[in-house]
Amino acid sequence: MNEAVVSEMPHDASRTQSGTHSGYSYAFLDELTKKSVRRAILKAVAVPGYQVPFGSTELPIARGWGTGGLQVTLSLIGPGDVLKVIDQGSDDSVNAVNIRQLVELTAPGVDTTAATEEATIIQTRHRIPEAPLHADQIMVFQVPLPEPLRVVERRESETRRMHAEADYGRIWVALYEDVVQHGRITRSAGYPVVVNGRHVMTPSPIPKWDVPRLHQAPFLSLFGAGREKRIYAVPPLTDVVPLAFDDYPFAIEDFDGAHCARCGSDDTFLVEVPQPDGSSVMSCSDESWCEARRTERGQS
Amino acid sequence: MGYTPVKGGADAVRAAAELTRSSSAQLIADAPGERSTLDHVQAHLGAAVDRIMGEGGLFAPDLAAVAITQAEGDMDEAALLLRAYRSTLPRLGYTLPIQGRDMRVTRRISAAFKDIPGGQLLGRTRDYTHRLLDFSLLDNGGASTRGQGHAETTVPPLEVHADDHRSDATVTADASDREGFTWPPFPKVSDTLREIGSIAPLPEQSPEETPFDITRESLRFPVPRSAWLQSMARGETAAMVCLAYSNLRGYGYADHGTIGEVRVGSLPVKILHPVTGVAVTIGSFEATECEMFGPEGDAPVTGAKGRLLPAFGLSYGLVIGRNERKAIAMSILDSALQAGELASIDGGEVAPSNDQEMVLSHIDGIESTGFVEHLKLPHYVTFGSQIRTQMSPRRDVMLAAERTLAGITPEVATERGTGDE
Repeated sequence: MNEAVVSEMPHDASRTQSGTHSGYSYAFLDELTKKSVRRAILKAVAVPGYQVPFGSTELPIARGWGTGGLQVTLSLIGPGDVLKVIDQGSDDSVNAVNIRQLVELTAPGVDTTAATEEATIIQTRHRIPEAPLHADQIMVFQVPLPEPLRVVERRESETRRMHAEADYGRIWVALYEDVVQHGRITRSAGYPVVVNGRHVMTPSPIPKWDVPRLHQAPFLSLFGAGREKRIYAVPPLTDVVPLAFDDYPFAIEDFDGAHCARCGSDDTFLVEVPQPDGSSVMSCSDESWCEARRTERGQS
Repeated sequence: MGYTPVKGGADAVRAAAELTRSSSAQLIADAPGERSTLDHVQAHLGAAVDRIMGEGGLFAPDLAAVAITQAEGDMDEAALLLRAYRSTLPRLGYTLPIQGRDMRVTRRISAAFKDIPGGQLLGRTRDYTHRLLDFSLLDNGGASTRGQGHAETTVPPLEVHADDHRSDATVTADASDREGFTWPPFPKVSDTLREIGSIAPLPEQSPEETPFDITRESLRFPVPRSAWLQSMARGETAAMVCLAYSNLRGYGYADHGTIGEVRVGSLPVKILHPVTGVAVTIGSFEATECEMFGPEGDAPVTGAKGRLLPAFGLSYGLVIGRNERKAIAMSILDSALQAGELASIDGGEVAPSNDQEMVLSHIDGIESTGFVEHLKLPHYVTFGSQIRTQMSPRRDVMLAAERTLAGITPEVATERGTGDE
């Protein structure tokens, strides 16, 4: 994404000179740090689903609040880019607003948008937009816990070995035990997947609804875990297959025929909004999509 | 149609930020003169300033005072402010190694011996004061503490003070050049023990060719000692005290070590001159260093004829500013991790304080507070996914029950997933 423009900037020339934030580098991170993040990204793209360790510096938002995704975004973004930031599907969610404003403040020349189709980079916490994405768009996922094997093994030294040797027996057993104990696989958001037939990966806590959209996707998906200091990727047109059994296949969330109370969609991921009278209504988690549908419906 | 979410996140974020801004601004406005609040923080909240510099990983007393003021005294928040600022500073190079023996000591004590070469120097400590509230502070607003401020007991700066974060950055003559003043040397207590062979001699060469750099590389376990010492140097004081305490109480291999020496003072910052290649001192910083002896056998000493002699282990703590509590906790944990390393070679079970991953993954306050508090973020998509996943079998069970009551054969209603019934 306009990497040439950014990398040609000498360090001092890339500093913003406006307002009270002069003295900070373009897109906050200094160019050498961005370069190290981009190297990690390249490695991640080369080995799909493999968690690449990176230095992961602190950002002016709290650790664990999207600093991994933000480092990826800040390292890629440059003048001419259009950024969309969503949290739980909403552009207007408090943390999405905060992250978007930080980029607006430190990266002049970058436009921000809520419209999915306009964005060149989409930073997200736990959703993939409902609108179809294109090959020239990059999804940047914020990742709280990058290790899919953490549920069966707490040691990083051991999970690293398990990945290296494709020793995934224990997570299969865990899924099997889930079936034995509960009669089904109880995993929900963050459902483990196999990428490119090799690495087991967590797609970040996106709902199961979004997982099939990663399979053979036309777009590049980058996953940044800031606190845990790992970056991983799913390149375009890569196999992403959920772990499941022939007789207990992967299934997305079932909304039991419900539709969005605002736009009427029954083919999107819905969230429940409790009402004062104890009942609840469903509405699209992707608010930009919902808005567009309502406009469409109003016009027709 | 009932209530559904409305827009307004951006306005709410702006308003919330405005509320915190006015609070910091009020603090400044209440004090006469623009800098007085920051001066007050530096002069009277020295321990807070030092702790923030250590946990933030940046020696900058002025900026630490800004961070504490801006965060309204929330120490974890202040450490984050400083650490995030640190991210923006380019890495220009590495300083030369310095040794604790080069410290200009303002306080040093040993618990291992009654008297030590150079003498015990109690210096400025609250250790032996009565912890009684000083009610006189209520009457005259802190006048009685004047002259005891942190800033005034700071060691005179060494040579050229190139640190532009300090408002008083000036070229200062070396303190020892002042007329009739020489800084007394304080030999290390550990040197005494080395001479009598009770601890291992210093290695001829550094065991690690190039130290790990935790600001450039992420930890992949097991990590070398330089990585764990660096991680602990900017660890959160309370987290380290907690783990060290658990070790002392018996959750761990290291037993009660003995403080060989705790010293507080000023350490020089040296670099190689980029043009001449000569080592030059460009500044100094205040630090607390701790060396702890024991338990026995951590580091075997080879005697004559290659025989192993019983010896004490040596563990180490070094933190920015005055923070003896953290320096001591660090040396306890250093000892515990050394013991853990030996234990894992032997295949033994280790306690939390002996476990590198356990200790190092959880002592960073910026990471732990950030992740614990991230639970405040909206989680309604993940929670919604959990609800839907949890509800589908319940619905199946309820449907099955209803149909059973209605006299319909259960197997018709039972779907896969509840097939055991």
